[in-house]
Amino acid sequence: MTSALTILSRRFFGSLGNSLLTLAVLALLGFVLPPFLRWALFDASFTARTPLACRESGGACWAFVHEKYRLILFGRYPQAEAWRPLAAVLVIVGLIGSACGRFLSLSSLALAAVLGAVAVAVLMWGGVFGLAYVESTSWGGLPLTLILSVTGIVIAFPLAIGLALGRRSRLKLVRSLCIVFIELMRAVPLVSLLFMASFMLPLFMPGEVRIDELPRALVAIALFSAAYLAEAIRGGLQGVPASQEEAARSLGLGPLRATLLVVVPQALRIAIPGIVNVLIALFKDTSLVGIVGLMDLLLATKQALGDPAWRSFSLEAYLFVAALYFGPCFFMSRYSQALERKLRAGAGAI
Amino acid sequence: MRDFLLQALLFGIVLALAGFLVFNVAGNLGARSIHTGFAFLHSEAGFDIGESFLPYDGRSSYGRALLVGLLNTLAVSSAGIVLSTLIGVFVGLGRLSGHPLVGPLASGYVEALRNVPLLLQLYLWYAILNEVLAPDGSAPAFLPGFYLAKSGLHFPVLERAPLAPLFALCAGFAAAAAWTRFAEFRQAQTGSRSASWPAWSLALLPAALLLARMLATDPFGWPQQRRFGFAGGGTLSPELTALLLGLSFYNGAFVAEILRGAIRSVAPGQSDAAAALGLRFKHRLRLIVLPQALRVAVPPLASQYLNLAKNSSLAVAIGYPDLMSVGNTIVNQTGQALEVIGMVMAAYLTLSLSIAAFMNWYNARVRLEGPT
Repeated sequence: MTSALTILSRRFFGSLGNSLLTLAVLALLGFVLPPFLRWALFDASFTARTPLACRESGGACWAFVHEKYRLILFGRYPQAEAWRPLAAVLVIVGLIGSACGRFLSLSSLALAAVLGAVAVAVLMWGGVFGLAYVESTSWGGLPLTLILSVTGIVIAFPLAIGLALGRRSRLKLVRSLCIVFIELMRAVPLVSLLFMASFMLPLFMPGEVRIDELPRALVAIALFSAAYLAEAIRGGLQGVPASQEEAARSLGLGPLRATLLVVVPQALRIAIPGIVNVLIALFKDTSLVGIVGLMDLLLATKQALGDPAWRSFSLEAYLFVAALYFGPCFFMSRYSQALERKLRAGAGAI
Repeated sequence: MRDFLLQALLFGIVLALAGFLVFNVAGNLGARSIHTGFAFLHSEAGFDIGESFLPYDGRSSYGRALLVGLLNTLAVSSAGIVLSTLIGVFVGLGRLSGHPLVGPLASGYVEALRNVPLLLQLYLWYAILNEVLAPDGSAPAFLPGFYLAKSGLHFPVLERAPLAPLFALCAGFAAAAAWTRFAEFRQAQTGSRSASWPAWSLALLPAALLLARMLATDPFGWPQQRRFGFAGGGTLSPELTALLLGLSFYNGAFVAEILRGAIRSVAPGQSDAAAALGLRFKHRLRLIVLPQALRVAVPPLASQYLNLAKNSSLAVAIGYPDLMSVGNTIVNQTGQALEVIGMVMAAYLTLSLSIAAFMNWYNARVRLEGPT
C-alpha cells in the first residue's frame, strides 16, 4: 500500500518540473471543470417543454435535442414515414457491423451487401410494396450522411485501385493521366469540387439529362476520396516485394491475375492504416454537402436551430451532433489499430 | 507495338470524352445565353466585403474582389499554420511527457478534435462567440487590453512604428546566427565550446531595448470599451476568430500526432548513446533526437499544412470573405461558373504546388545523405 502511494506520488511530484506541471493542470481543471459540469449536468434541463422553462434553469438545454431529434436525425423526410429512414440506418449499421465482426463468409457478405443496398433503396425511395414514393431531395439527416459515406466508399474504392495501379503502369500515357488526376484532386479543396459539381455538372451533360443534387455531390466526394485512397494504396503497392509478382507469373498467372490476386490483396493489407484514415476523413467530409444545400446531419441541425423559439441553444445541438460523428470515427480508428495488430501477428506466424 | 496501340486507343477515348463535354458545355451555354470570357472581371462588383487588406468598396471590380479574397485566404492560412504548429508542439510534447495528468489530457484533446468534422467545429466556435460570450458593453478583459466579446477579439495595436520591433527582432536573429557560426568555427578550430547565452541575448536584446524604450511612452492604441461596441485598437471579426480558432485547434491535433510519431520513431538507443557520451539533455534533444525526428516529420507536416490551406475554404460556411466565398458570391451574381470556379481552383492549385515545392526543398535539405 505504502509502495503504491510512493510510486504514485513520485509520478505526480517526482521533480520540481513535474510538481509544477501537476499543480498547473490541477488549477486549470479546477477552473474549467466545475462551471462546465454545472452547465452541462447539474443546472441542465432535460425535460423542459418550452424554451422559456429551459432558459430559467440556467444550464444546458438538452430538452432542445429531445424536441428536435426527428428533424436532426431524419431531415425533411415525411414525419409519418419516419420509421423508414430509421430502418435504413439500422440496415446500413447492421451491414457494417457484420463486415467488421467477420462472422460471415466473403460471398455471403457480398450477397448481404447487395440485398442491403436494395432494401435501403426501397425503404428510402418507396413507390413499391405500398410504400409512398419519397423524392431523394427530401432525404436528410443521419441516413443521408450514411448513404453518402457508404456509396462514396463503394464508388471510390475500385477507382482508387485502378488509379494506384495506373500510376505505376509501364504505359506513359496511362501513368501521366493518373498522376494528373490524383494531384489535381489533392490540390483543390473539396468545397470547390462540390461547387463545381453543383454548378458545372449540369453544363457538362446533354441538355435533356437532369441530375439531382445528391448524385452531383456524390460524384465530387467519390472522385476526391478516390485520389487520396489511391495514394494510400500506392504506398501499399510499394511495400509488396517484386518477387511476389514474379513468383505469381512463373506459376503461370497472367499479368492481370497476378496483379489482382497476388499483389493487390497484399498491398491492401499493408495499406490498412492509410485506407482507414481516408475513410474517416470521407465520413467527416460528408458534412460539407450542406454547403451546396443537401440536408445532411449537420445542415439538418442548423435547420432545427432556425426555429426562432429555440434559436439560442446551438451549443447543445452541436455537441449532440459532435457526439454522433465522434462515435463512428473513434470506432474506425480503434478498429483499424486492432486489425493492424492482428494482421501483423498473422504475418509473423507465416 | 501492343503498348502503342493501347495508348492510342486510350488517347482516342480521352479525346472523345473531352469533345463530348465541350460540345455539351457549348450547347448548354448557348441555350442559357451565357457569354463566356473574362470581361466580367472588369465590371463593378456591387457587393461589400467586410474584411480586406486592400482598398475595396462596392464600386470595385470583380477582379479586385477575387484578389481581396485570395489575400484573405493567404492570411488565414499562414496564421493558422503558425498557431496549429504551436498547439501541436505543446500537445505532442504533452502526450510524450508520461506525466499522469498531462498525458491523458493531451490524448483526450487529440481524439476529441480529430474525430469530429472541422465544419462542425467551426459552427461550434462561432456559436460560442455568439451565445456564450458577453455582449460588448460587459465583456471583461482576459488580459489587460484584450477583450473577447460577441463582436470578436479586440486587442491593442502598436500605433507608432508598428514594424520597428519586428525589424529589431530580425536584426537580433541575424546577429545571433552570425555569433553561432563564429562559435562553431572556433569550436572546429580549437575544440573549446563557447557558451550559448551570447546568442540568445543577441537575438532578443535589440527588440527588448526598443520595446522598453517604446513602452515608456505607451505606443499602443488600446481598444476602448463603450456601451455598444469598441472603439480603437485592433479587431478580429467573430467570423475570422472562429475560423482561426477552428483551423488551429483542429490541425493542431494532427500536428501533435505527427510530431509525437516522429520523435518516437527515433530509436531510444540514440538518446541513450548520446547520454553515455556525456551530452546533456538539451544537447541530446537538439543535436541527436530533433534532427532525426524532423526528417521523419517533414513530409506529413507538409501535407497537413496543405490540408489547412485547403480547409480554410470552409470560411464560405461561416461567412468570412475568403477566396472561395467571394468566388461563390460572384458565381451567384454573374452566372460565370466556368470561369470563376476555374480561377478559384487554379489559385488553390498554385498555392498547393508552391507549398509542396517549398517543403520538397526543405525536405531535401534535412534528408540523410546517401543510402541509409
